[in-house]
Amino acid sequence: MKPPRFQYCAPHMLDEALVLLEQHAEETKVLAGGQSLIPLLNMRLAGPAYLVDINHLTELHYIEPEDGYLAIGATVRQAQVERSTHAQQVHPLLIETIQHIGHPQIRSRGTIVGSIAHADPAAELPALLTCLNGEVLLESIHGERVLKAEEFFTGYLSTALEPGEMVSEARFPWIPPQAGWAFMEFARRAGDYALVGAAAVLTPGLDDRCMTAHLAYLGIAGSPVRAREVEHNVVGSTLDDATLNQAAELARNLVSEDMEDVHATVEYRRALTAELTRRVLRAAWQRREH
Amino acid sequence: MQEETTPSFTDSCTISVTVNGQLYQRDVPVRLLLSDFLRHELHLTGTHVGCEHGVCGCCTVLLNGEPVRSCLMLAVQADEMPLTTIEGLAGTNSELHPIQQAFREKHGLQCGFCTPGIIMSVHAMLHENPDPTEEEIRHGLSGNLCRCTGYQHIVEAVQLAAERLREPHLEVD
Amino acid sequence: MATRWFGAPVQRTEDPRLLRGKGMFVDDIELPEMLHAAVLRSPHARARILAIDTSAARELPGVYAVYTAADLGDLLEPSPLLVPHQALTQPRTQLPLASQEVRYVGEAVALVVADSRYSAEDALDLIEVEYEPLPVVHNLEVAAAPDAPLVHEGVPDNVAAHLVQVVGEPDSIFADAPHVLKEQFYVERGAAMPMEGRGIVARWEAQSGALTCWISTQGPIPIRNGLAAMFHLPEHKVQVIAPDVGGGFGTKIMLFYPEEILVPFAAIYLGKPVKWIEDRRENFVSSNQERGQYHEVEYAFDDQGVLLAVRDTFWHDTGAYTPYGIIVPIITTCSLPGPYRLKHYASEFTVLYTNKVPVSPYRGAGRPHAVFVMERIMDAIARELHLDRLEVRSRNFIQPDEFPWDVGLVYQDGGPTKYDSGSYQEGLDKLKVLLNYEKFPQMQQEARKQGRYLGLGVGYYVEGTAIGPYEGAHIRVESDGRVFASTGVTTQGQAHYTTFAQIVADQLGVKPEDVLITTGDSQAFYWGMGTYASRAATVAGSAMHLAAVKVREKAKQVAADLFEAAPEDIELADGKVFVRDAPHRALTLGQLAISANPLRYSYGENARKLMSMHFAGPRPGPALPQERGGPGLEATEFYSPPHASFASGVHGAIVEVDATTGMVSFVKYAVVHDCGRVINPLVVEGQVHGGVAQGIGGAFYERLVYNEDGQIINASFMDYLIPTAAEIPAIVVDHVETPSPLNPLGMKGAGEAGVIPVPALFASAVDDALSPFGLRIREMPLHPRRLYELLQEARSKQ
Repeated sequence: MKPPRFQYCAPHMLDEALVLLEQHAEETKVLAGGQSLIPLLNMRLAGPAYLVDINHLTELHYIEPEDGYLAIGATVRQAQVERSTHAQQVHPLLIETIQHIGHPQIRSRGTIVGSIAHADPAAELPALLTCLNGEVLLESIHGERVLKAEEFFTGYLSTALEPGEMVSEARFPWIPPQAGWAFMEFARRAGDYALVGAAAVLTPGLDDRCMTAHLAYLGIAGSPVRAREVEHNVVGSTLDDATLNQAAELARNLVSEDMEDVHATVEYRRALTAELTRRVLRAAWQRREH
Repeated sequence: MQEETTPSFTDSCTISVTVNGQLYQRDVPVRLLLSDFLRHELHLTGTHVGCEHGVCGCCTVLLNGEPVRSCLMLAVQADEMPLTTIEGLAGTNSELHPIQQAFREKHGLQCGFCTPGIIMSVHAMLHENPDPTEEEIRHGLSGNLCRCTGYQHIVEAVQLAAERLREPHLEVD
Repeated sequence: MATRWFGAPVQRTEDPRLLRGKGMFVDDIELPEMLHAAVLRSPHARARILAIDTSAARELPGVYAVYTAADLGDLLEPSPLLVPHQALTQPRTQLPLASQEVRYVGEAVALVVADSRYSAEDALDLIEVEYEPLPVVHNLEVAAAPDAPLVHEGVPDNVAAHLVQVVGEPDSIFADAPHVLKEQFYVERGAAMPMEGRGIVARWEAQSGALTCWISTQGPIPIRNGLAAMFHLPEHKVQVIAPDVGGGFGTKIMLFYPEEILVPFAAIYLGKPVKWIEDRRENFVSSNQERGQYHEVEYAFDDQGVLLAVRDTFWHDTGAYTPYGIIVPIITTCSLPGPYRLKHYASEFTVLYTNKVPVSPYRGAGRPHAVFVMERIMDAIARELHLDRLEVRSRNFIQPDEFPWDVGLVYQDGGPTKYDSGSYQEGLDKLKVLLNYEKFPQMQQEARKQGRYLGLGVGYYVEGTAIGPYEGAHIRVESDGRVFASTGVTTQGQAHYTTFAQIVADQLGVKPEDVLITTGDSQAFYWGMGTYASRAATVAGSAMHLAAVKVREKAKQVAADLFEAAPEDIELADGKVFVRDAPHRALTLGQLAISANPLRYSYGENARKLMSMHFAGPRPGPALPQERGGPGLEATEFYSPPHASFASGVHGAIVEVDATTGMVSFVKYAVVHDCGRVINPLVVEGQVHGGVAQGIGGAFYERLVYNEDGQIINASFMDYLIPTAAEIPAIVVDHVETPSPLNPLGMKGAGEAGVIPVPALFASAVDDALSPFGLRIREMPLHPRRLYELLQEARSKQ
């Protein structure tokens, strides 16, 4: 289990990185935390001819509050956000989500943006970004563009990223102060990729009924799934048992027909998704301010 | 502005890595894993390799004081970085580090293959959380597989080590 | 002499080295000019090899050699059959490299040797093999089907072996029994998964004609013997060393794995040392596996819950070959009766070939399956008669005054299945206390009111341990007073450097840390088998004891001559030798060792002191009298047990089942364990804990899933779920000690014990938790999805 041969470069400037990415665009991969890419190299399931290591791009090393969102640059590691007292204060849901990723040894190296760019259907951060209707900033020597999460994730391990392009920043929208939120998952072991997982943000109105709802899942399709129908169902309710049961039934149908693997059938994933829906909505609603 | 040439792709690099306080300079192929570099270039064979896909934790070392899987890093990525491996935990004289000592007293190891990785993880865990509960210890250990001990004596060893590290001035028998 | 160290929780002497990262595992060995090997493995479960083109691989820079079957000459022989048996009528073993047909995914097809493992793996990608895929037998059902494809030409119906053993008269008992039930049970495969895979370094020294191999194995001496025969070398010119071994759990007692032949072969032919390290992906498809069995069992019992007779018919999946004979299913047959007075028992098994990784023992070796069946029976009787589950067990126990108890079966070693000692009710009583058994029903009721499902399960087992044929030990006291002892068994975590030292220390009056043990080096001790079948501590430990007694007797004799006293008045204590009542006039053990070697050319402090004591004087006869039996304080002894000794234990657990998701967590786990006299309680508890964790893995997390093409679809640590510390509960251990009368120290084996009853107790606990749904678990391992399906089935019937 040793990586195949490749050519490597670790530039210090973003401009240089973008030039390198363009040189052999189709055969090049970006190496950030490497916690998904290097296992694939070791198993020779990936064999890019060129690797651009972006770990030295200090200009992408930032956690910045912006108007409407928390911006995280491409070299910021998951553990750095997890430990950032500022991030803990301004975006506790992001912290709760990160704590479900692998183990400390993975988070100390893995990056926020890398997890999003890799787009594993069972990964936590793509689901959170989808839940929050967040964005990614993509850059290439030809310029930059911003995509919504749902535009970015296009299928199993695939994204809207073009050859020569890299994700330089992820944008996690703020959660309203009165909102309740939760991230939950069903996993076989501590730290495993989950069988299903969900992120929820529920904002109460003045009447303490749900005014807005954001809900997204991981592990139920090739890409994260934003559950709009469930959200509509929840809005206006007090998250009573009847609503939760309806939400669970609606969520059950979101599981894609091809989501079968060694751990779960489609039928079982549906059952888990239904139950997780009840639990995550209940937990989020209990955290609202009222 | 000064004209600089864009760096270019290569298949080998010269790297300088400080491991356990000692500086090493080596030419390495870029695809060489950090775990193989430590073991076979520097002959620091206490860092073990158990899965090479980032699950078992045997290869855990400290990079800038943080626990990382050395099988999921290229050696070139450790250039200019300080590393600590199991060999660097205790001083050069006879005394074991308190974590190592606690593992011995509580019989926290059997075959000893996972042990270096576990001890490095525990070192980082206790630095972050000096007084963990049993549940926190068990979750903190979940990035390291042990096939021999059933973890019970490891958990007890971590508890003992935590106690001693919190109050290093106390002699505990 | 009163023993001091035996029974004490002595800290391990091997630890400081391992804790500092100074162990020496096979991959830690670096030799000058060493080359690195990689193995090309079959991607097909069954295929004909039409052509192999290695030319591109050979041309790759850094590649020294690419070997296929055609290059092996005389070595292209099936590996030896390790344990023949008359019922194994169609044995088949594997070639070092497949030549015409591959029979499982992972079977070795070619070996590359290169300047690095990286280059060797590059070369693997360049070897082109043309395969003609053939129909695959991927499970027992397919193997047993009429018109099944044949795994081996010439083996009709894929049947490797068929064995029937009958005790008493089960047929007539069944005819008259008040209650008869019939059920099917299924156990799927799992794997040992030691953290260190297999590995070999081989060095050939042409000038001296010596082959040295470091192998991560549990049996270096048999490998030494085999390699010597294969390469036509004198045995003493082949040294096989098992250095630090990173766990074995049975999978490393298998020999010969192909690489154990190929790597020495390459080293000899290339004239350079060669290293091969099994990576984790290889480990999933090239290290032996175990467990897969299907049982159809019929059982008869009376109105009081007394088990009258059992008729068990089972099919055993042996994979593509039978290198280890039919040891595993024989153990299953013999382990099924457990602690119960089963006087009428018919066991019939059929061993079937499948296109899967070969089967040889993995910790527990056929026992978890047997215990699963028998303990399911006990629970069923209780349910049928509305009796307490533990009361049913009590009514069936063999009583302490009934030992030795002859089960009436021939055990795996050819000896009788004859229980030497045990106290089964005592164990159960202790377990009840640990589990607070009487209070549980109330706890369960209260939880159910909150919609939580708690269940309590138990599993009782009796385990044949410490089988022969023999092990030996050599002990020598050196002039500095340190004691060196060696034996032919190996160590892969069992603390032999400490436990053997405790045994020796007691006899020689020294501290365990002054006894240096060598295991697993064929040059340090020539004879022996290896560490497997929970036998090393008992069999080699007994040999250590016998050798130490002999050294002690010799020390007394030598000291008696020096002190002009009677041997029976000599004492050995605190590293000194003296006449009782005159401890002030003492020699150190080192000084005595020097004087046991007729005094000439001695050096060092001890020699000078000895000389100053003026023992040397005129003597009447030879310097080394015949009755001394040689110079020095040294002895070799062997121990051969009359038959296996039977350890036992009972585990109990309380689990909580999430009836919506099928997830299960442990609330409590307790063990009562009887392995006779305990050498070191710390070590035994560690062994038990580790076994329990593997058992929990095998009950709820770990299963190898083969698809219809014979591919393992979860061959990584991402998907083959070894439990972490977060899944394993705290484990409480208590002991019963019924000494074995079969060996001098009353010991029984402990290595495998922990794993054995876990599937049984897990099923019992899940049944109990879900009793409102009327669930009955008949398969292992479970996993949440499967439990969810079973619950759905049960709900639909309600």
